[in-house]
Amino acid sequence: MRTRLQTWSLLMSATAVLALPMTSFAQLTQADFETRINMESHIGNLTGHAKDAKADYRRYCVSCHGDNGDGNGESFPWVDPKPRDFQLGIFKCRSTPTGTLPTDQDLFDTIARGLDRSNMPQWSTFTKQERADLVAWVKHFSPRWVNEKPGTPITIPPEPEVTAERIKAGRDVFARVQCWKCHGVLGQANGPSAATLQDDLGRPIAAYNFTEGSRPKCGDTNRDIYRIFMTGLDGTPMPSFADNIKPDEAWDLVFYLRTLMRQNSKEKSMAKQLGLKPVDPNAPAGQQ
Amino acid sequence: MSTSTRSRMGRFSVLTSFSAAALVLIFLVLTTSQPANALPAFARKYGLRCSACHESWPMLNYFGQKFKDNGYQLMNDRDAPIWQNPGYWPVTFRIIPIWHRVSTGKNVVDTYAGGSTTPTGSTIQRITSSGFDLSGLDFHTGGTLEKNFSFYVLPSSDATASFHFETVMARLDNLFGSPWLNIKLGKFELDNLLSEKRILTLTGNGGVYQLYHFSPVGDGNIFGQIGDNQLGVELMGHSNNDRTRYSASLLSSSDGNVGLITGANSYTGFFTASQAFDVGKLGVDRIGAYAMVGEAATYYLTSGGTPIAGSGIGNKSFHREGFVGQFYFGQHFDLQVVTQHGWDNAWFGQGYGNAINPNNGTPGGGTNTYGINNLPGTPLPGGAQAPTWNGVLFEPHYVYSPQLIFIGRFETIRMSRQANGAACTACTGGLGTGGQSPSNLGNISTYTVGFRYNPFMTPRAGFAWHNEYNWLHSDGTGPIVGATGLNINTGELLTGFDFDF
Repeated sequence: MRTRLQTWSLLMSATAVLALPMTSFAQLTQADFETRINMESHIGNLTGHAKDAKADYRRYCVSCHGDNGDGNGESFPWVDPKPRDFQLGIFKCRSTPTGTLPTDQDLFDTIARGLDRSNMPQWSTFTKQERADLVAWVKHFSPRWVNEKPGTPITIPPEPEVTAERIKAGRDVFARVQCWKCHGVLGQANGPSAATLQDDLGRPIAAYNFTEGSRPKCGDTNRDIYRIFMTGLDGTPMPSFADNIKPDEAWDLVFYLRTLMRQNSKEKSMAKQLGLKPVDPNAPAGQQ
Repeated sequence: MSTSTRSRMGRFSVLTSFSAAALVLIFLVLTTSQPANALPAFARKYGLRCSACHESWPMLNYFGQKFKDNGYQLMNDRDAPIWQNPGYWPVTFRIIPIWHRVSTGKNVVDTYAGGSTTPTGSTIQRITSSGFDLSGLDFHTGGTLEKNFSFYVLPSSDATASFHFETVMARLDNLFGSPWLNIKLGKFELDNLLSEKRILTLTGNGGVYQLYHFSPVGDGNIFGQIGDNQLGVELMGHSNNDRTRYSASLLSSSDGNVGLITGANSYTGFFTASQAFDVGKLGVDRIGAYAMVGEAATYYLTSGGTPIAGSGIGNKSFHREGFVGQFYFGQHFDLQVVTQHGWDNAWFGQGYGNAINPNNGTPGGGTNTYGINNLPGTPLPGGAQAPTWNGVLFEPHYVYSPQLIFIGRFETIRMSRQANGAACTACTGGLGTGGQSPSNLGNISTYTVGFRYNPFMTPRAGFAWHNEYNWLHSDGTGPIVGATGLNINTGELLTGFDFDF
């Protein structure tokens, strides 16, 4: 006959076995979870609800971003660049200053635009409501959205008329802030530092190649390009140059960067007419 | 114990067994569900789960349709094969072992009386057979040759491994940088929003859309089947987000058969246009229209009385047109609707047009079961008229999760004008030479229900446990008793493992 001790031992063992899978959820309290699952997003008149995006996230996003939003889905080993870890609350494409959270609109736009030259497609097939819900779902993975507010979008002055002088001035900015060190003098991502670049998680990362692709990652208007180097791409070696480049100079740089891109543009034609030479890293400072 | 008590207990026992089986099924579904991973050929390339492109494989969802419309490209500047591991081979095999039970009513069966070894008469009876079986093998390979150069090749076999080319096409995508200009050349599926090649059902009658293949009884036109892959060229375009789509195809009137065996210089046009609408939390709904307008030969030159392949002339016209609706009601329920109005020239209605039927033996010979050569001097029988019909199909889906989908379908097609009109005395359409056809001759109604459950999928393979029942009723197509044919009911129950790798 089974003794009482044996019965207790069996019960305790069974309890321990059943409890094991639950330990992985221990870091989230129920209160945290409730706070986050009720996360909302606000884009214009739309209000997104995290809980309404669960099915879409599972269908479309989870293979890369993972069940827990940590970027560790089953496709993680096979895709490059690696999927975003939403738990960190750090995003490349923002309208807000470096180090701050993006606005809901930033995330909303990123979902529809996708990230060129990555495995993040353009999810323009979602309805606006579905996208708003997904923004809320993305936010619910990180406690940053509970404790912090998004940054204030940077101010972008009106775009001036492009001129030959501005393109040349932009080239000088390109040389002065040493964009070429990573992006190369021709924008081909082959600068002397390119091979050493790592993201914040210590993973190798390539510099942006201006001569490839059909569009920049975070938007293809001149305002988007302005925004990219003035806010920086958080989580990557691309810093914000808001403290190093004045707004007027920033527009000059935008015009110069256009001349490096593959696509035909007014700036590119003007640079060709000027016979504009690439920067010379070996020239003395100020004469590059 | 009384008989009724035993009967009640028997019913109780059966109910209990069914309940237990249902519980086991639910338990299995709920406990063995794993994350659905990617479809082999494209998912290996992009790392997306199959559910990203498929409502349930192989049926495309909106994102999958956009991917297809872009030429199997995500448009992320990494679509060209140069970006893939050199070992990547964009191929998927699909074959389905099944068990099915087919029951067909109103068969004419010989009878033997008094020990006779030769038939002494006949009777009409239902024939039911069941057993294990195989589908054919599909060998899908497709993708990009370079950015904006895409292809698809699909050698396909029947269950005995007799192969043909179901699809062979190359496509120039985004000409002049515009998604509105894409040109495809080869043999391909027509731009049907509700794709038959991606149908979620597998039975003999339920595994096709009847509406896509309908032909009036005795009609000789095999060329108007919008469900068959066709040879031709397609111009297709769409907006960046695929909300607006159009296509225009020029096709050989050959029903996709190679070798120019049918008509000389007979062509068909197929046109589609659709617009999707953002309907908030319901999803993206789409409505569209299609039209097929064509001509096909009804007269073939003969040699020794035998039609000569490729010599078809005497083109007669036909058309089909209709509307398509894809209505989504949240994340779990959707309804697909297709309508059709069809019209065949009266010559087709009298059985002309399919004198060379590649599906019935060798070209120029063979055993045509219908399709008469329109020899010179042949008069159109008095009272013959152009057959017309109207049809509609409704296909609701309940998507419990990307891994479990319940499918239903109702299709009905009603003749609105028979080929043999009231003035017919010796018409050759309908049930054969004779007078006016019954108004309901050839009408079809069919119901299909089923579910597909994917217990797992990996980036290398997919697997679905498929279960389905189809019932089809057709009016007047059975054995002729008196002046009319009998109605036929056909049922099929099927279960199988639908896998690809």
